[in-house]
Amino acid sequence: MIEIQNLTKRFGLFTAVDNISFQVGKGTVLGFLGPNGAGKSTTMKMITGFLTPTAGKARVCGHDVQEEPIAAKEKMGYLPEGAPLYPDMTPRSFLTFVADLRSVPGDRKARIAEVVAKVNLESVLDVHIETLSKGYKRRVGLAQAMLHDPAVLILDEPTDGLDPNQKHEVRTLIRSMAQDKVVVLSTHILEEVEALCTRTIIISGGKLVVDCTPAELAAKSRYHNAVSLTVPADQRERVEKGLGGLNRVANVEWAALTGSNGSPSARVCVTAFPRSGASIAAEVGARARDERWEVDEMRVEPGRLDEVFRTLTGAAKVGAN
Amino acid sequence: MSKTITLMRRELTGYFATPVAYVFLVIFLLLSGILTCYMGNFYENGQADLQAMFTFHPWLYLFLIPAISMRLWAEERKSGTIELLMTLPVSLGQAVAAKFLAAWVFSGIALFLTFPFWITVNFLGDPDNGVIVASYVGSFLMAGGYLAIGSCVSAATKNQVIAFVIAVAISFLFVLAGYPAVLNFFKPWVGQSVVEGIGSLSFLTHFYSITTGVIDLRDLVFFASLIGCFLFANATLVELKKAD
Repeated sequence: MIEIQNLTKRFGLFTAVDNISFQVGKGTVLGFLGPNGAGKSTTMKMITGFLTPTAGKARVCGHDVQEEPIAAKEKMGYLPEGAPLYPDMTPRSFLTFVADLRSVPGDRKARIAEVVAKVNLESVLDVHIETLSKGYKRRVGLAQAMLHDPAVLILDEPTDGLDPNQKHEVRTLIRSMAQDKVVVLSTHILEEVEALCTRTIIISGGKLVVDCTPAELAAKSRYHNAVSLTVPADQRERVEKGLGGLNRVANVEWAALTGSNGSPSARVCVTAFPRSGASIAAEVGARARDERWEVDEMRVEPGRLDEVFRTLTGAAKVGAN
Repeated sequence: MSKTITLMRRELTGYFATPVAYVFLVIFLLLSGILTCYMGNFYENGQADLQAMFTFHPWLYLFLIPAISMRLWAEERKSGTIELLMTLPVSLGQAVAAKFLAAWVFSGIALFLTFPFWITVNFLGDPDNGVIVASYVGSFLMAGGYLAIGSCVSAATKNQVIAFVIAVAISFLFVLAGYPAVLNFFKPWVGQSVVEGIGSLSFLTHFYSITTGVIDLRDLVFFASLIGCFLFANATLVELKKAD
């Protein structure tokens, strides 16, 4: 439903988005990941028709955003970054305004009430938007975007600045709408990608770096299939040696653990990294049993997204200097 | 069309949602009254007409109309709501027209509220109401001219103060275009025909010709094309600068 072809945006000499192409079909929740200033928002602004691309095309539901802007915009709901709203309006008057402009079919009042219930806005419907908290403003922005039940939802950092409960609500809401829609959202919260997205695109320096599912992304991590053991500190060397002796273990690392009160704990976490992503849990378990290590916890790592993210977007190199 | 009206209605209620509208209306009427009665010698003239009031409108508008127009686009750009507006299914033309019309209707309301003067002259004497109606039409058209300039300038900046000052400066050129102050400035640089062309852009000349009671087609065309040109420039500026 969204087709992006060689999309490029330059601001003077600066290339914000560099030749990005991808397609998204129904039922997908696509997460845009990338460091700040990578070009996520710029890409979204071109998809929604706010920015004119320097080169390339964006099509939404078959409509070229540049050639048929009105038709394309009718199919989209958009939450811009920071959820800008008219401060002197109330959520009720604002949503009525948007519903009128979007020519929402049927009973508009009923539709507004329905959406308002979904995002829990009932209590502030007649309060001026300028006095609302960040969480409420974000919800008004979301309500505005989904009012006309669009086929495509573009959400720029939908959970930014929300508390954990609100984040959870928004995620549940997005998940509930995802079946028959395309949702494109940008975020720099990695757990959100795992919790919500069926597909991930990482943009760095304006270029598309990765396009895959969150699981595939995690598999790129060196932690993928690594096994972590929590053992008493005095057994550390024994465990390290034992793990290092295993055939399919490439190397072993350990880290001190801190107790709940922040003091150093008597336990350490030893991690064994497999050769080429092999599954080593069974061997590690057997060795632990044979050598009678006092293992408190044994965990197979699915892969760490933050580590993949840093590797792919080049921040790891900067950090090493 | 209905989208333009929806946008316009939001814009117009926006004026009244804050004290801006009321402050503006009160100040406009107060200044209008003071200028008419004291500086225009409304009573001493001993004539049953509103000439004393309309004479000051170009000067009153010069400072008050940019105060209405300065927020039109500058505020949208500053607060980021322009992104919301421009991604709704409305065309740029509709948005520009709606904002301009809302401001124009608002200035029309201000103008309408000067009606007690009209009642007064009708009560005190026997004025030529045709001339008064023509003057009101002329004043309303001129307000549209100032607004189009102000709206265009407002699209060029995020800062409302800058929008106000520049709009006043450009409007001032148009007010005095027929006078030596402006013409002498241009004379050394451009040819005689251009100077005459600039001279014909004067708000004062066109407005005062209408207030004599004759609505000349040329004056109508002047204000209409001025509004058209500045709104076109307005749309172009919004398109160019919206993402800055």
